[in-house]
Amino acid sequence: MTNQYEVVIGLEVHVELKTQTKLFCGCANGFGQDPNSQTCPVCLGMPGVLPVLNGEAVALATRAALALHCTVNSYSKFDRKQYFYPDLPKAYQISQYDQPLAENGHVTIHTAAGKRNIGIERIHMEEDAGKLNHLGQRLGDAEGSLVDLNRAGVPLIEIVSRPEMHSPEEARQYLVELRTILSYLDISDLRMEEGSMRCDANVSLRPLDFTGSLADLPRVEIKNVNSFRNVQRGIEFEINRQRQMLQTGQRIIKETRGFDDASGSTYSQRSKEEANDYRYFPEPDLPPLVLTEKWLKEQREALPQLPDELRQSLAERGVAERDAEVLVQDVNLYHYWSQVVALVSDARLVTNWLLSDYSRLMNANNLSFAEPKVSAHGLASLLSLITAGTLSGKMAKEVLETMFDTGETAEAVVKRLGLSQITDHNAIKEIVSAVVAANPAVVQDFVSGKEKALTFLVGQVMKQTKGQAKPDLVNALLREVLATYA
Amino acid sequence: MGTIDWDAVQTADQVQRGEISAAECVEAALSRIDNTNPTVHAFLHVDADRALARARFMDHNLTRETKANLPLAGVPVAIKDNMVTTDMPTTAGSKILEGFRSPYNATVVELLEQAGAIIVGKTNMDEFAMGSSTEHSAYGVTRNPWDLTRVPGGSSGGSAAAVAARMVPLALGSDTGGSIRLPASYCGVFGIKPTYGRVSRYGLIAYASSLDQIGPLARSVRDLSRTLHLIARHDAKDATSLDANTILEAPIPTALQSLRIGLPEEYFGEGIDVRVRTVIEKTLDRLRESGVDLIPISLPHTRYAIATYYLIAPAEASSNLSRYDGVRYGLRVVGDDLIHMYQNTRQEGFGPEVKRRILLGTHALSAGYYDAYYLKAQKVRTLIRQDFDNAFEKVDLIVTPTVADLPFKLGERDLDPLQMYLTDIFTVTTNLAGLPGLSQPIGLVDGLPVGLQWMGPPLAEDRVLSAASALEAILPSPEWPLSGGIQ
Amino acid sequence: MNLTEKEVRHVARLARLAISSVELSEATQALGRVLDYIDLLNELDTDAVPPTTHVEAIETVWRQDRVVPSLSPEEATANGPQVSSQMFVVPKILDGGEG
Ligand SMILES: [Mg+2]
Ligand SMILES: [Zn+2]
Repeated sequence: MTNQYEVVIGLEVHVELKTQTKLFCGCANGFGQDPNSQTCPVCLGMPGVLPVLNGEAVALATRAALALHCTVNSYSKFDRKQYFYPDLPKAYQISQYDQPLAENGHVTIHTAAGKRNIGIERIHMEEDAGKLNHLGQRLGDAEGSLVDLNRAGVPLIEIVSRPEMHSPEEARQYLVELRTILSYLDISDLRMEEGSMRCDANVSLRPLDFTGSLADLPRVEIKNVNSFRNVQRGIEFEINRQRQMLQTGQRIIKETRGFDDASGSTYSQRSKEEANDYRYFPEPDLPPLVLTEKWLKEQREALPQLPDELRQSLAERGVAERDAEVLVQDVNLYHYWSQVVALVSDARLVTNWLLSDYSRLMNANNLSFAEPKVSAHGLASLLSLITAGTLSGKMAKEVLETMFDTGETAEAVVKRLGLSQITDHNAIKEIVSAVVAANPAVVQDFVSGKEKALTFLVGQVMKQTKGQAKPDLVNALLREVLATYA
Repeated sequence: MGTIDWDAVQTADQVQRGEISAAECVEAALSRIDNTNPTVHAFLHVDADRALARARFMDHNLTRETKANLPLAGVPVAIKDNMVTTDMPTTAGSKILEGFRSPYNATVVELLEQAGAIIVGKTNMDEFAMGSSTEHSAYGVTRNPWDLTRVPGGSSGGSAAAVAARMVPLALGSDTGGSIRLPASYCGVFGIKPTYGRVSRYGLIAYASSLDQIGPLARSVRDLSRTLHLIARHDAKDATSLDANTILEAPIPTALQSLRIGLPEEYFGEGIDVRVRTVIEKTLDRLRESGVDLIPISLPHTRYAIATYYLIAPAEASSNLSRYDGVRYGLRVVGDDLIHMYQNTRQEGFGPEVKRRILLGTHALSAGYYDAYYLKAQKVRTLIRQDFDNAFEKVDLIVTPTVADLPFKLGERDLDPLQMYLTDIFTVTTNLAGLPGLSQPIGLVDGLPVGLQWMGPPLAEDRVLSAASALEAILPSPEWPLSGGIQ
Repeated sequence: MNLTEKEVRHVARLARLAISSVELSEATQALGRVLDYIDLLNELDTDAVPPTTHVEAIETVWRQDRVVPSLSPEEATANGPQVSSQMFVVPKILDGGEG
């Protein structure tokens, strides 16, 4: 039954660009301000206003397009997409319709079957809508809504994938990789919970004997889901719902559905009769956008190293694939990692410490590597103490926790707590000799072949050095001294 | 002659020289408005207190040197009510904007005030500039000062009537398909629509964005020049604003015989009122007598201009007028839910002609019709522009009648919108092609004015103004209506 | 091209105009006549003609990404027919909108 249909998923991702100002006016582009405090005649859609394009938004959008392997069109234009809604002040959204900024890119995902490219059909620029605060729990029960236009006019890019994903897991992977790539460009906050990254999923089931065009399949669009997990849940629910409908002989209708977090289900938002006719036409207020080769070259040169390149260089430095993936997926963690590695060249040691102890502390305190509690320099000094043999791993862990809590340097903590692994050969040998001299019976046991007796003697030496002696050194010296008794 | 008979240049010169105070000029204008506006109804709003306060401030606080740098010092000016002003209401002649107060000024308003002009009020217009008669205002009709039973033309009918009736020497209008030139012709004043992009549209309430241009109406060519010189500036707030050579402050009257002037056969065919034709022919004779080479030319796609215009303009208008939804400003009519609030507000807020054009434009853009209508029109627009490009290889300027007939009676074209649309037949072409066009009064017939239209290549305003100025010099001085005022 | 009342009703709904049935039949007639007139354009073969979207030869007009002071929320909402907590109030929404 399950394999009567192929799941076909396409994703439309909206990403807010992190410019200083909005796309078509000089209002600040900021999140969480007082209602309507970041508005002007232009973004309020007052009579007589005109849009003027923000050049920086074009630059950021172009970098995203290049990083996603798209062809950036040297000629693109803006169009009006028309519909009435209170969060859309002009009752049209300035967007790009038939000549978008960029086309034909891809995102590489790693599936069980190996690497696979998911095509990107297009990337276009458009302005965001404002926000509605419903006077009631949900839109459906609200007696009215309050309109805040701070977000109206914030620059967005819309990244439209090809319908080339076939499972909720693939959709999730595409989103994770997409976000990872964009995170290195530093063009957006990419926070789904704050709406700076939003995802709509188009889901359809293709009967295996269906030979027509994919565009003819009835497609259900799940709108504005607020987390990657919910995108996956929404798609899963939708696949099951559609499969059940098909199996019971019902027709799937093209519609838009919302996702309900609590129940994990989708619900119909707009029926077929309400299908929009957006009446797109070229925006007469904005001349076409023509990008020169020189300008495009500058944008290409402004691109940082991107995840695929980073994965390769991490592998070359001996970082395990799993670890490399964790590093790459958090741009702040990766940047922190590279700063530490620049100071302590043992990439594996740095990776181990970062991904285990330090990450545990950061996570336990709900911190992001955007603002690391212990500076890269601080961590590097700590790790140098380990490589120099001054601190044991166990001691270093303690020092790190203290550094984390008090903000002291590694050196300061070591000094204050009197922690330091005794590596002085002569100093330890003196103690070893004393311990051997003080325990003749145990020495006799060892000499007569009881290996366990050595453990006791090691313990005694460690006790006298307050645990600061390097255990393998103690071991070696004990054997050296005991050899003279044989 | 009183100050109300002066043109803007003379007024400014007198104020600059201290021969007269700005307050006296404004008072004279206000008293003329008091006297004639109740009948003509050119103004929707007059702010006498503000105008006088600004004039007195100029008189008391500005030195002679400062005033000398204000090219429109003390000149009373009227602004068409589709240009937004912070200190006065702006309605665009529509009920949907009743009570609206703009939080910003249109760029042209700022530029005029910086030049010393005193804005006395806002003028009546066809609602959202959709009309050719100023009968389609939510606030009553404007009457033609030459014959109060006739229309002043539109949509800038209030501005044209105010200038003709000498309430003000200067007014701004806007022109999408002839809305400056047609009322200028019907009211016997000068009016110019500049090259598209010459004057910032920031603060002009959009009708059809790719066609709209602001321009002055006045009683002399030199007033048009001086005003355009001031307002034809690049504006960073309008992405379609051109950064072009400036227009001369005063036209240099060209030797007319050095110009090659084209007469397009399509503009002199049937359908022109014989009385209009007589006056036009007489003027052409004068030009010939002055040694002008009048060259017959053809603009073959002229017959498609109105059809093209009535797809492009309503389509853009349907989009531009979507923002009037009762949410952020203007009229709101309650409804049970959002969509009914929208529908009730727009149903009550817009007049019948505006609704007709919204329906037409929405249809032209709707799914399945876009290619046949809107796209087709944009292509024909290319052909119309090419006609002009070809013509201007052979001639320097083109001359035509501004409009085929004389001002019609109020109410006469109410029943048939198509009939009204055809009024614009000689003026829409320059909007579609983005060219400058000027209407010049050339005489009266049966007591009603006739206008002649000059058309030039893109950015050739100086050439157009110079030619008009030269013609102005060889024609008898124009007359002005309502010499005794209205009792 | 024949225009039906049904089409005009559809267009009126798209344009959010609650036109009456009298207006509907008047508009259908008036628009029908205008569209008949517009049919004139079909005399022209425009297959090879590019559309004129912008009559000027200008392109790529953009500005610096520099903040300009906004209006205060009071100024922004000063014209609002119904305002609460510095926001515009709208009646209940039954249609999902575009989102
Ligand atoms: Mg979008
Ligand atoms: Zn703004």
